[in-house]
Amino acid sequence: MSKQNNNLPEHPMERLLRMDRIPHIWCSTCGIGTAVSCFISALEKFEYPMDKVAIVSGIGCTGRVAGYIKLDSFHSTHGRAIPFATGLKLANPELKVIVISGDGDLSAIGGNHLIHAARRNMDITVICVNNFIYAMTGGQSAPTTPLTANSSTAPYGNSDPPFNLPLLVGSCGATYVARWTALHIRRLTKSMHEALNKKGFSFIEVIAPCSTLYARRNRLGTGLDLMKFYHDNSEIKHGAPLEELDINFQQKIIVGKFIDKEKPTFVDNWNNWLSQKLGSKFVPYGVAKA
Amino acid sequence: MQYWRKPLDADKIQVPHGEIHIVRDRCKGCGFCVEYCPRDVLELSKQFNIKGYHPPEAVLPEACVHCQLCEMLCPEFAIFVTLREEVETIES
Repeated sequence: MSKQNNNLPEHPMERLLRMDRIPHIWCSTCGIGTAVSCFISALEKFEYPMDKVAIVSGIGCTGRVAGYIKLDSFHSTHGRAIPFATGLKLANPELKVIVISGDGDLSAIGGNHLIHAARRNMDITVICVNNFIYAMTGGQSAPTTPLTANSSTAPYGNSDPPFNLPLLVGSCGATYVARWTALHIRRLTKSMHEALNKKGFSFIEVIAPCSTLYARRNRLGTGLDLMKFYHDNSEIKHGAPLEELDINFQQKIIVGKFIDKEKPTFVDNWNNWLSQKLGSKFVPYGVAKA
Repeated sequence: MQYWRKPLDADKIQVPHGEIHIVRDRCKGCGFCVEYCPRDVLELSKQFNIKGYHPPEAVLPEACVHCQLCEMLCPEFAIFVTLREEVETIES
Protein backbone atom coordinates (compact mmCIF):
# COMPACT_ATOMS: atom_id res chain seq x y z
CA MET A 1 0.00 0.00 0.00
CA SER A 2 1.28 3.47 -0.79
CA LYS A 3 1.87 6.13 1.82
CA GLN A 4 -1.26 8.10 0.99
CA ASN A 5 -3.47 5.26 2.20
CA ASN A 6 -2.03 5.09 5.68
CA ASN A 7 -4.63 7.38 7.24
CA LEU A 8 -7.63 5.61 5.68
CA PRO A 9 -10.22 4.21 8.06
CA GLU A 10 -10.91 0.50 7.70
CA HIS A 11 -13.25 -0.64 4.92
CA PRO A 12 -16.48 -1.79 6.63
CA MET A 13 -16.34 -5.19 4.92
CA GLU A 14 -12.81 -5.95 6.13
CA ARG A 15 -14.27 -7.50 9.27
CA LEU A 16 -15.56 -10.44 7.22
CA LEU A 17 -12.73 -10.67 4.69
CA ARG A 18 -9.37 -12.40 4.92
CA MET A 19 -7.39 -9.26 4.17
CA ASP A 20 -4.10 -11.12 3.76
CA ARG A 21 -5.57 -12.62 0.55
CA ILE A 22 -6.92 -9.35 -0.85
CA PRO A 23 -6.55 -8.16 -3.64
CA HIS A 24 -8.37 -11.17 -5.03
CA ILE A 25 -7.56 -12.90 -8.31
CA TRP A 26 -10.73 -11.90 -10.21
CA CYS A 27 -10.22 -9.84 -13.34
CA SER A 28 -11.03 -6.18 -13.69
CA THR A 29 -14.81 -5.74 -14.37
CA CYS A 30 -15.61 -9.29 -13.17
CA GLY A 31 -18.96 -9.42 -11.34
CA ILE A 32 -18.07 -11.99 -8.68
CA GLY A 33 -16.59 -9.35 -6.35
CA THR A 34 -19.87 -7.42 -6.45
CA ALA A 35 -21.79 -10.59 -5.61
CA VAL A 36 -19.44 -11.17 -2.67
CA SER A 37 -19.90 -7.64 -1.34
CA CYS A 38 -23.69 -8.12 -1.54
CA PHE A 39 -23.29 -11.41 0.32
CA ILE A 40 -21.19 -9.76 3.04
CA SER A 41 -23.82 -7.02 3.44
CA ALA A 42 -26.50 -9.71 3.76
CA LEU A 43 -24.37 -11.55 6.36
CA GLU A 44 -23.98 -8.34 8.39
CA LYS A 45 -27.76 -8.04 8.60
CA PHE A 46 -28.19 -11.75 9.36
CA GLU A 47 -28.81 -12.17 13.08
CA TYR A 48 -27.00 -15.41 13.75
CA PRO A 49 -23.73 -16.07 15.60
CA MET A 50 -21.05 -15.79 12.94
CA ASP A 51 -19.09 -18.71 14.40
CA LYS A 52 -22.01 -20.94 13.43
CA VAL A 53 -21.98 -19.91 9.78
CA ALA A 54 -19.96 -21.98 7.31
CA ILE A 55 -19.16 -21.24 3.68
CA VAL A 56 -18.46 -24.03 1.17
CA SER A 57 -17.21 -23.54 -2.37
CA GLY A 58 -16.32 -25.80 -5.23
CA ILE A 59 -13.73 -25.14 -7.93
CA GLY A 60 -13.63 -22.28 -10.38
CA CYS A 61 -13.50 -18.52 -10.30
CA THR A 62 -16.43 -18.37 -7.87
CA GLY A 63 -14.93 -21.28 -5.94
CA ARG A 64 -12.35 -18.82 -4.60
CA VAL A 65 -15.01 -17.09 -2.47
CA ALA A 66 -14.62 -19.51 0.45
CA GLY A 67 -10.97 -18.48 0.70
CA TYR A 68 -11.73 -14.78 0.89
CA ILE A 69 -14.48 -14.74 3.53
CA LYS A 70 -13.27 -14.78 7.14
CA LEU A 71 -15.66 -17.41 8.46
CA ASP A 72 -15.35 -21.17 8.75
CA SER A 73 -15.01 -22.11 5.12
CA PHE A 74 -14.03 -25.03 2.93
CA HIS A 75 -12.81 -25.07 -0.66
CA SER A 76 -13.99 -28.51 -1.75
CA THR A 77 -13.23 -30.61 -4.83
CA HIS A 78 -14.84 -29.91 -8.21
CA GLY A 79 -18.63 -30.17 -8.08
CA ARG A 80 -18.71 -31.56 -4.55
CA ALA A 81 -19.56 -28.36 -2.67
CA ILE A 82 -23.17 -29.47 -2.03
CA PRO A 83 -22.34 -33.00 -0.75
CA PHE A 84 -19.73 -31.48 1.57
CA ALA A 85 -22.26 -28.89 2.77
CA THR A 86 -24.87 -31.64 3.28
CA GLY A 87 -22.47 -33.59 5.47
CA LEU A 88 -21.58 -30.46 7.42
CA LYS A 89 -25.22 -29.61 8.02
CA LEU A 90 -26.20 -33.14 9.07
CA ALA A 91 -23.21 -33.60 11.37
CA ASN A 92 -23.94 -30.31 13.13
CA PRO A 93 -27.55 -29.18 12.53
CA GLU A 94 -26.90 -25.92 14.40
CA LEU A 95 -24.70 -24.65 11.58
CA LYS A 96 -25.96 -22.34 8.86
CA VAL A 97 -24.28 -23.71 5.74
CA ILE A 98 -23.96 -21.62 2.60
CA VAL A 99 -22.65 -22.91 -0.72
CA ILE A 100 -21.23 -20.27 -3.09
CA SER A 101 -20.02 -21.63 -6.38
CA GLY A 102 -20.18 -21.19 -10.10
CA ASP A 103 -22.56 -22.46 -12.76
CA GLY A 104 -20.14 -25.05 -14.11
CA ASP A 105 -19.31 -26.40 -10.68
CA LEU A 106 -22.91 -26.60 -9.43
CA SER A 107 -24.88 -27.50 -12.53
CA ALA A 108 -22.43 -29.56 -14.61
CA ILE A 109 -19.93 -31.44 -12.49
CA GLY A 110 -22.13 -31.24 -9.41
CA GLY A 111 -25.45 -31.37 -11.30
CA ASN A 112 -26.74 -34.51 -9.61
CA HIS A 113 -25.85 -33.21 -6.17
CA LEU A 114 -27.75 -30.00 -6.90
CA ILE A 115 -30.98 -31.70 -7.96
CA HIS A 116 -30.93 -34.25 -5.16
CA ALA A 117 -30.21 -31.67 -2.46
CA ALA A 118 -33.21 -29.72 -3.83
CA ARG A 119 -35.35 -32.91 -3.99
CA ARG A 120 -34.61 -33.83 -0.37
CA ASN A 121 -34.96 -30.20 0.72
CA MET A 122 -31.63 -30.11 2.49
CA ASP A 123 -31.51 -27.06 4.78
CA ILE A 124 -28.71 -25.17 2.98
CA THR A 125 -28.44 -21.95 0.98
CA VAL A 126 -26.92 -22.20 -2.49
CA ILE A 127 -25.67 -19.09 -4.30
CA CYS A 128 -24.77 -19.86 -7.90
CA VAL A 129 -22.80 -17.17 -9.71
CA ASN A 130 -23.57 -17.72 -13.39
CA ASN A 131 -21.12 -16.19 -15.85
CA PHE A 132 -22.18 -18.49 -18.74
CA ILE A 133 -18.76 -20.06 -19.21
CA TYR A 134 -15.95 -22.05 -17.54
CA ALA A 135 -13.89 -18.98 -16.86
CA MET A 136 -10.96 -20.30 -14.86
CA THR A 137 -9.96 -23.06 -17.29
CA GLY A 138 -9.99 -21.02 -20.48
CA GLY A 139 -13.58 -20.37 -21.54
CA GLN A 140 -15.01 -23.78 -22.42
CA SER A 141 -18.77 -24.21 -22.98
CA ALA A 142 -20.69 -24.67 -19.75
CA PRO A 143 -24.22 -26.12 -19.45
CA THR A 144 -25.42 -22.53 -19.07
CA THR A 145 -23.72 -21.10 -22.18
CA PRO A 146 -26.53 -19.57 -24.28
CA LEU A 147 -27.28 -20.92 -27.77
CA THR A 148 -25.00 -19.43 -30.49
CA ALA A 149 -22.58 -17.92 -27.94
CA ASN A 150 -18.92 -18.45 -28.71
CA SER A 151 -16.63 -20.33 -26.35
CA SER A 152 -13.23 -21.96 -26.72
CA THR A 153 -14.85 -25.40 -27.28
CA ALA A 154 -17.51 -23.90 -29.58
CA PRO A 155 -15.60 -21.57 -31.92
CA TYR A 156 -18.54 -21.46 -34.38
CA GLY A 157 -21.07 -20.85 -31.61
CA ASN A 158 -22.72 -23.12 -29.09
CA SER A 159 -25.34 -25.50 -30.52
CA ASP A 160 -26.63 -26.97 -27.25
CA PRO A 161 -29.61 -25.48 -25.44
CA PRO A 162 -28.59 -24.26 -21.96
CA PHE A 163 -29.98 -25.11 -18.54
CA ASN A 164 -32.69 -22.93 -17.09
CA LEU A 165 -31.39 -23.11 -13.52
CA PRO A 166 -34.48 -21.72 -11.67
CA LEU A 167 -36.67 -24.25 -13.54
CA LEU A 168 -34.22 -27.07 -12.75
CA VAL A 169 -34.09 -26.50 -8.99
CA GLY A 170 -37.70 -25.32 -8.77
CA SER A 171 -39.04 -28.50 -10.34
CA CYS A 172 -36.88 -30.55 -7.97
CA GLY A 173 -38.59 -28.92 -5.00
CA ALA A 174 -36.45 -26.00 -3.82
CA THR A 175 -38.25 -23.79 -1.28
CA TYR A 176 -36.71 -20.48 -2.37
CA VAL A 177 -35.62 -19.63 -5.91
CA ALA A 178 -34.50 -16.20 -7.11
CA ARG A 179 -32.41 -14.78 -9.90
CA TRP A 180 -30.67 -11.39 -10.01
CA THR A 181 -27.85 -9.86 -11.98
CA ALA A 182 -24.71 -8.43 -10.37
CA LEU A 183 -26.13 -4.97 -11.02
CA HIS A 184 -29.24 -5.47 -8.84
CA ILE A 185 -27.20 -4.94 -5.68
CA ARG A 186 -29.96 -3.91 -3.26
CA ARG A 187 -32.43 -6.55 -4.41
CA LEU A 188 -29.72 -9.21 -4.48
CA THR A 189 -28.69 -8.34 -0.90
CA LYS A 190 -32.31 -8.48 0.25
CA SER A 191 -32.80 -11.79 -1.54
CA MET A 192 -29.66 -13.27 0.05
CA HIS A 193 -30.89 -12.13 3.46
CA GLU A 194 -34.26 -13.84 2.85
CA ALA A 195 -32.51 -17.00 1.65
CA LEU A 196 -30.31 -17.06 4.77
CA ASN A 197 -33.41 -16.89 6.96
CA LYS A 198 -35.22 -19.55 4.93
CA LYS A 199 -35.61 -23.05 6.32
CA GLY A 200 -35.00 -25.48 3.50
CA PHE A 201 -33.15 -25.49 0.20
CA SER A 202 -32.79 -21.93 -1.07
CA PHE A 203 -31.20 -21.12 -4.40
CA ILE A 204 -30.12 -17.77 -5.84
CA GLU A 205 -28.74 -17.45 -9.33
CA VAL A 206 -26.54 -14.36 -9.78
CA ILE A 207 -25.86 -13.42 -13.40
CA ALA A 208 -22.36 -11.93 -13.43
CA PRO A 209 -20.23 -10.54 -16.24
CA CYS A 210 -17.07 -12.37 -17.29
CA SER A 211 -14.93 -9.86 -19.15
CA THR A 212 -11.83 -11.85 -20.01
CA LEU A 213 -13.50 -14.87 -21.60
CA TYR A 214 -17.24 -14.56 -22.23
CA ALA A 215 -17.31 -10.88 -23.19
CA ARG A 216 -14.02 -10.93 -25.10
CA ARG A 217 -14.76 -14.10 -27.09
CA ASN A 218 -18.23 -12.82 -27.99
CA ARG A 219 -17.07 -9.27 -28.81
CA LEU A 220 -19.28 -7.79 -26.10
CA GLY A 221 -16.77 -5.30 -24.74
CA THR A 222 -15.86 -5.36 -21.06
CA GLY A 223 -17.76 -6.32 -17.93
CA LEU A 224 -18.90 -2.72 -17.68
CA ASP A 225 -20.62 -3.05 -21.08
CA LEU A 226 -22.31 -6.24 -19.85
CA MET A 227 -23.47 -4.37 -16.73
CA LYS A 228 -25.00 -1.72 -19.02
CA PHE A 229 -26.62 -4.54 -20.99
CA TYR A 230 -28.16 -5.93 -17.77
CA HIS A 231 -29.36 -2.45 -16.92
CA ASP A 232 -31.20 -2.12 -20.23
CA ASN A 233 -32.36 -5.71 -20.73
CA SER A 234 -33.33 -7.20 -17.39
CA GLU A 235 -36.95 -7.28 -16.40
CA ILE A 236 -38.14 -7.80 -12.83
CA LYS A 237 -41.01 -10.25 -12.76
CA HIS A 238 -41.64 -11.75 -9.34
CA GLY A 239 -43.34 -15.14 -9.43
CA ALA A 240 -42.86 -15.54 -13.17
CA PRO A 241 -43.57 -19.06 -14.53
CA LEU A 242 -40.28 -20.94 -14.39
CA GLU A 243 -40.61 -22.18 -17.99
CA GLU A 244 -40.27 -18.61 -19.24
CA LEU A 245 -36.91 -18.01 -17.61
CA ASP A 246 -34.68 -19.30 -20.43
CA ILE A 247 -31.72 -17.06 -21.18
CA ASN A 248 -30.96 -16.51 -24.85
CA PHE A 249 -27.80 -14.92 -26.19
CA GLN A 250 -27.92 -11.14 -25.58
CA GLN A 251 -31.67 -11.10 -25.07
CA LYS A 252 -33.96 -10.10 -22.25
CA ILE A 253 -33.13 -11.59 -18.83
CA ILE A 254 -36.07 -12.09 -16.47
CA VAL A 255 -35.05 -11.61 -12.85
CA GLY A 256 -36.95 -11.70 -9.58
CA LYS A 257 -38.05 -14.00 -6.80
CA PHE A 258 -39.84 -16.97 -8.32
CA ILE A 259 -40.51 -19.41 -5.48
CA ASP A 260 -40.87 -18.81 -1.74
CA LYS A 261 -42.71 -21.61 0.05
CA GLU A 262 -42.55 -23.71 3.20
CA LYS A 263 -41.83 -27.42 3.14
CA PRO A 264 -40.52 -29.95 5.68
CA THR A 265 -36.75 -30.33 5.37
CA PHE A 266 -34.76 -33.55 5.08
CA VAL A 267 -34.27 -33.78 8.86
CA ASP A 268 -37.99 -33.05 9.52
CA ASN A 269 -39.02 -35.82 7.15
CA TRP A 270 -36.55 -38.24 8.69
CA ASN A 271 -37.73 -37.48 12.23
CA ASN A 272 -41.44 -37.63 11.33
CA TRP A 273 -41.23 -40.89 9.44
CA LEU A 274 -39.05 -42.75 11.93
CA SER A 275 -41.00 -41.56 14.95
CA GLN A 276 -44.14 -42.86 13.22
CA LYS A 277 -42.48 -46.18 12.51
CA LEU A 278 -40.49 -46.69 15.70
CA GLY A 279 -42.55 -44.73 18.22
CA SER A 280 -40.88 -43.95 21.54
CA LYS A 281 -37.79 -46.02 20.66
CA PHE A 282 -36.73 -43.29 18.19
CA VAL A 283 -34.71 -40.29 19.36
CA PRO A 284 -35.32 -37.37 16.98
CA TYR A 285 -32.16 -36.00 15.39
CA GLY A 286 -31.00 -32.42 15.57
CA VAL A 287 -33.72 -30.97 17.82
CA ALA A 288 -33.24 -29.57 21.34
CA LYS A 289 -29.93 -31.23 22.13
CA ALA A 290 -29.34 -29.17 25.26
CA MET B 1 -29.74 20.06 -5.50
CA GLN B 2 -31.97 21.38 -8.29
CA TYR B 3 -35.70 20.72 -8.53
CA TRP B 4 -38.21 21.84 -11.15
CA ARG B 5 -40.74 22.18 -8.36
CA LYS B 6 -40.00 22.61 -4.70
CA PRO B 7 -41.21 19.49 -2.82
CA LEU B 8 -44.04 20.21 -0.37
CA ASP B 9 -42.16 18.63 2.51
CA ALA B 10 -38.86 20.26 1.60
CA ASP B 11 -38.29 21.60 5.10
CA LYS B 12 -38.60 18.09 6.57
CA ILE B 13 -36.34 16.24 4.12
CA GLN B 14 -32.73 16.14 5.12
CA VAL B 15 -30.00 15.24 2.67
CA PRO B 16 -27.05 13.45 4.27
CA HIS B 17 -23.49 13.95 3.11
CA GLY B 18 -20.90 11.26 2.68
CA GLU B 19 -17.16 11.28 2.70
CA ILE B 20 -15.61 9.06 0.04
CA HIS B 21 -12.57 6.93 0.83
CA ILE B 22 -10.72 5.25 -2.02
CA VAL B 23 -8.13 2.52 -1.45
CA ARG B 24 -6.27 3.46 -4.61
CA ASP B 25 -3.85 0.57 -4.78
CA ARG B 26 -6.57 -2.06 -4.44
CA CYS B 27 -8.55 -0.69 -7.41
CA LYS B 28 -8.54 -2.48 -10.78
CA GLY B 29 -10.06 0.43 -12.67
CA CYS B 30 -13.30 -1.29 -13.72
CA GLY B 31 -15.25 1.99 -13.64
CA PHE B 32 -18.44 0.55 -12.07
CA CYS B 33 -18.47 3.29 -9.40
CA VAL B 34 -17.87 6.04 -11.97
CA GLU B 35 -20.62 4.75 -14.27
CA TYR B 36 -23.30 4.22 -11.64
CA CYS B 37 -22.76 7.07 -9.15
CA PRO B 38 -26.15 8.85 -9.22
CA ARG B 39 -24.56 12.25 -8.49
CA ASP B 40 -21.57 11.90 -10.88
CA VAL B 41 -19.17 12.43 -8.02
CA LEU B 42 -16.43 10.19 -9.38
CA GLU B 43 -14.20 10.18 -12.41
CA LEU B 44 -11.32 7.92 -13.43
CA SER B 45 -8.08 9.73 -12.64
CA LYS B 46 -5.18 10.12 -15.04
CA GLN B 47 -2.70 8.77 -12.52
CA PHE B 48 -1.73 5.12 -12.29
CA ASN B 49 -1.87 3.07 -9.13
CA ILE B 50 0.70 0.48 -8.12
CA LYS B 51 -0.87 -2.13 -10.42
CA GLY B 52 -1.06 0.17 -13.44
CA TYR B 53 -4.80 0.85 -13.35
CA HIS B 54 -6.48 4.25 -13.19
CA PRO B 55 -8.33 4.47 -9.86
CA PRO B 56 -11.31 6.84 -9.53
CA GLU B 57 -11.08 10.19 -7.84
CA ALA B 58 -13.83 12.29 -6.29
CA VAL B 59 -14.21 15.36 -8.51
CA LEU B 60 -17.40 16.60 -6.81
CA PRO B 61 -16.98 15.32 -3.24
CA GLU B 62 -19.51 17.78 -1.82
CA ALA B 63 -22.27 16.27 -4.01
CA CYS B 64 -22.09 12.84 -2.35
CA VAL B 65 -25.33 11.90 -0.59
CA HIS B 66 -24.06 8.75 1.19
CA CYS B 67 -26.10 6.31 -0.90
CA GLN B 68 -23.23 3.78 -0.70
CA LEU B 69 -23.93 2.47 -4.20
CA CYS B 70 -20.22 2.63 -5.09
CA GLU B 71 -19.36 0.72 -1.93
CA MET B 72 -21.76 -2.12 -2.79
CA LEU B 73 -20.90 -2.21 -6.48
CA CYS B 74 -17.11 -2.18 -6.12
CA PRO B 75 -15.82 -5.71 -6.82
CA GLU B 76 -12.48 -4.93 -5.17
CA PHE B 77 -13.62 -3.60 -1.75
CA ALA B 78 -11.64 -0.49 -2.71
CA ILE B 79 -14.14 2.34 -2.17
CA PHE B 80 -16.37 3.15 0.77
CA VAL B 81 -18.33 6.05 2.15
CA THR B 82 -18.68 7.27 5.71
CA LEU B 83 -21.45 9.57 6.88
CA ARG B 84 -20.41 13.16 7.52
CA GLU B 85 -22.23 14.95 10.30
CA GLU B 86 -23.33 17.92 8.22
CA VAL B 87 -26.89 17.45 7.02
CA GLU B 88 -28.62 20.02 4.87
CA THR B 89 -32.28 20.51 4.19
CA ILE B 90 -33.42 20.65 0.58
CA GLU B 91 -34.07 24.40 0.67
CA SER B 92 -30.45 25.40 1.05
